[in-house]
Amino acid sequence: MTIERFPVEEGHIMLFARAIGDTNPVYSDPDCAAARELGGIIASPTFVAGGSQFDDDVAVRPKIGQPWFGSGRTPSGFNREAAGLLHAEQHFEYHRPLLAGEVLTTVFREGERWEKTNRSGGTLKFEESVTEYRVKATNELVVTARMIKVMPPKKES
Amino acid sequence: MALNASTLKVGDTRTDVLVDNLTRTQIVQYAGVSGDYNPLHSDEVYTTQVAGYPSVFAHGMLTMGITGKLLTDWVGDGRLTKFGVRFSTQVWPGDTLTGTATIAAIREEGGQWFADLTVETVNQDGKSVVSGTATARLDA
Repeated sequence: MTIERFPVEEGHIMLFARAIGDTNPVYSDPDCAAARELGGIIASPTFVAGGSQFDDDVAVRPKIGQPWFGSGRTPSGFNREAAGLLHAEQHFEYHRPLLAGEVLTTVFREGERWEKTNRSGGTLKFEESVTEYRVKATNELVVTARMIKVMPPKKES
Repeated sequence: MALNASTLKVGDTRTDVLVDNLTRTQIVQYAGVSGDYNPLHSDEVYTTQVAGYPSVFAHGMLTMGITGKLLTDWVGDGRLTKFGVRFSTQVWPGDTLTGTATIAAIREEGGQWFADLTVETVNQDGKSVVSGTATARLDA
């Protein structure tokens, strides 16, 4: 959950922008007007989600030599813990633009947990967490991310 | 390029088609770059046969990222101070998403002008897929 070292790389920012269909040169060209004004290539608003590439604890990334819950020879078994939680809300607070070349670290904390009953009487379980993205060398706070995940009611089978 | 507090009005709005006919490949691109390789987003066999969904579907964060482009195209680069959404409905391959941002308030705080916005992205059936709020710094 805590990322020791998250290098914010130019290529990663460019590929992230491509994946969200954003051709804005501020995410790839350090010489464009916006990048010159801001001090370089900046990360797009949701880019820090890509920090999970540097998180050793991520359950949704295959690990070499370990079983994976996706399909191969067989459709595989259902890993409820990893796959059952859905993303309910995501909130970012930007303390300043995040620049390519910076090296971040994260501070993670669990937030509140609560339950709600849906119209068909099932229980939805919500869990909140907060991740602070800070400059590793100076501890300066750059982005605060608050995530709410929900475990939907168990399906009738 | 940024918006000016003097020329912007509450109720001003911008609507863009954000993605037309979302492809599985774009979802895979997002999985690759974000590090969220949950097979629900790329593995049709697992998703239909094991997890019981009709097909793979987009990461919520892909839809949020696509929606963020609407905001940054309007308010300018490096101008957002807040952006938050709630995910309401899944986004499927083939979906076309249209986003609308609306100025909800224009205010001054410590000599700096800000705009508060509401934002909502809907699919081709007009169903909301994400909705939320954002705040951006404005020029005077």
